[in-house]
Amino acid sequence: MADPIKQFELVHLVPLKIGGADFGFTNSSLHMFIAVGVTAAFLLLSTSGRRLVPTRMQSMAELAYEFVAGTVRQTTGKEGMKFFPLVFSLFMFVLFGNLIGMIPGAFTVTSHIIVTAALAMLVITTVIVYGIMKHGTHWFALFAPSGLPKAILPVIVVIEVISFLSRPISLSLRLFGNMTAGHIALKVFAGFVTAMAGAGVLGMMGATLPVLMITALTALELLVAVLQAYVFTILTCIYLNDALHPGHH
Amino acid sequence: MATNTSSGTQVPSKGGFPAFRVETYGSQLLWLAIAFGLLYYLMSRHIAPRIGGILEDRASRIASDLAAAQTMKAEADAATASYEKSLAEARANAQAIAAETKAKITAEADAERKTLEAKLAADLSTAEATIAKARESAMGNVRSIAVETAQAIVERLAGASAEASRVEAAVDAALKR
Repeated sequence: MADPIKQFELVHLVPLKIGGADFGFTNSSLHMFIAVGVTAAFLLLSTSGRRLVPTRMQSMAELAYEFVAGTVRQTTGKEGMKFFPLVFSLFMFVLFGNLIGMIPGAFTVTSHIIVTAALAMLVITTVIVYGIMKHGTHWFALFAPSGLPKAILPVIVVIEVISFLSRPISLSLRLFGNMTAGHIALKVFAGFVTAMAGAGVLGMMGATLPVLMITALTALELLVAVLQAYVFTILTCIYLNDALHPGHH
Repeated sequence: MATNTSSGTQVPSKGGFPAFRVETYGSQLLWLAIAFGLLYYLMSRHIAPRIGGILEDRASRIASDLAAAQTMKAEADAATASYEKSLAEARANAQAIAAETKAKITAEADAERKTLEAKLAADLSTAEATIAKARESAMGNVRSIAVETAQAIVERLAGASAEASRVEAAVDAALKR
């Protein structure tokens, strides 16, 4: 049976070493650029006509734009639209990173914790830097909600700080965990198929069961791929809202 | 569900789950930064302004079209109102003319009827007078004929001429009966 972990292995396509450290261009790097390329091609080519009455593809690009813009506006208000390019980039990158990973033989960029963690840290860093730039020290009021008795304030502050710090962890682990677990499950059932099919006629007939299971799981994984991109996006918006309005919490 | 059949050398590592190999993180982060940076650049410089512009153009076009439709509707409403006003005026005018004409015609007809009635009444009285005259003369003729006839009858029956005054008296008495 094939190793279900092998699909996550990094393979050097172009080795590169800087100061002894490995910065080689891997299959993961390639799929990152594929995700970026597909996103850019989809959004730029479809809108190149700038039609008043959109074509189907332009309509899809507009739908994606409106969907993310609507999410940003609803959660952060109008002033949150300055983060729109960041949020839209994150959504499209995670979405296509997930979806391209569903193509057999392709590598799933978002199944590596360092990638999801880097994206989550980008969000949290943006929140902290923009929050302090815009509100100064008032931004730290985020950790001390107003209207609380002084006696329990230290406890609340500690809880708020921990909850804030756990955000990037949960944000990155959720995406990484979903992608990794889903792909392992698919691979395990695929392994059952080959193992059973090798065991004669009865085994071949029995192998239809895991095939059905893979079919159902693939549908589920497609849903998860889109859903996790959306979850990542909406949580990003909610965290960005803290940078914009630290008081309303 | 990927299988790494692609050519290439496996990243040297100490083993373990691929996602947790710290020695691969440098390469992952570098290429992620480049790829995501490129996407962010394209997004903020080209994609977002373009799609945003398209949607804004459409929204403003729809808004201006709606405004134009609104003004046209207002114009149409005004035209309808003025049309209805002139229609009401024309109707009132027509009614006034009709009433006037009716009154005039009635008056004329009344006058004509009155003259006709007067003429007819005059004609009637003249005719009545003529009839009365004719009747009187006719009655007179009847008396003289009756007297003459009575005289002739008396002469034939009695063989003698009757006294005129007596016959006249007898005829008058018979006529009165």
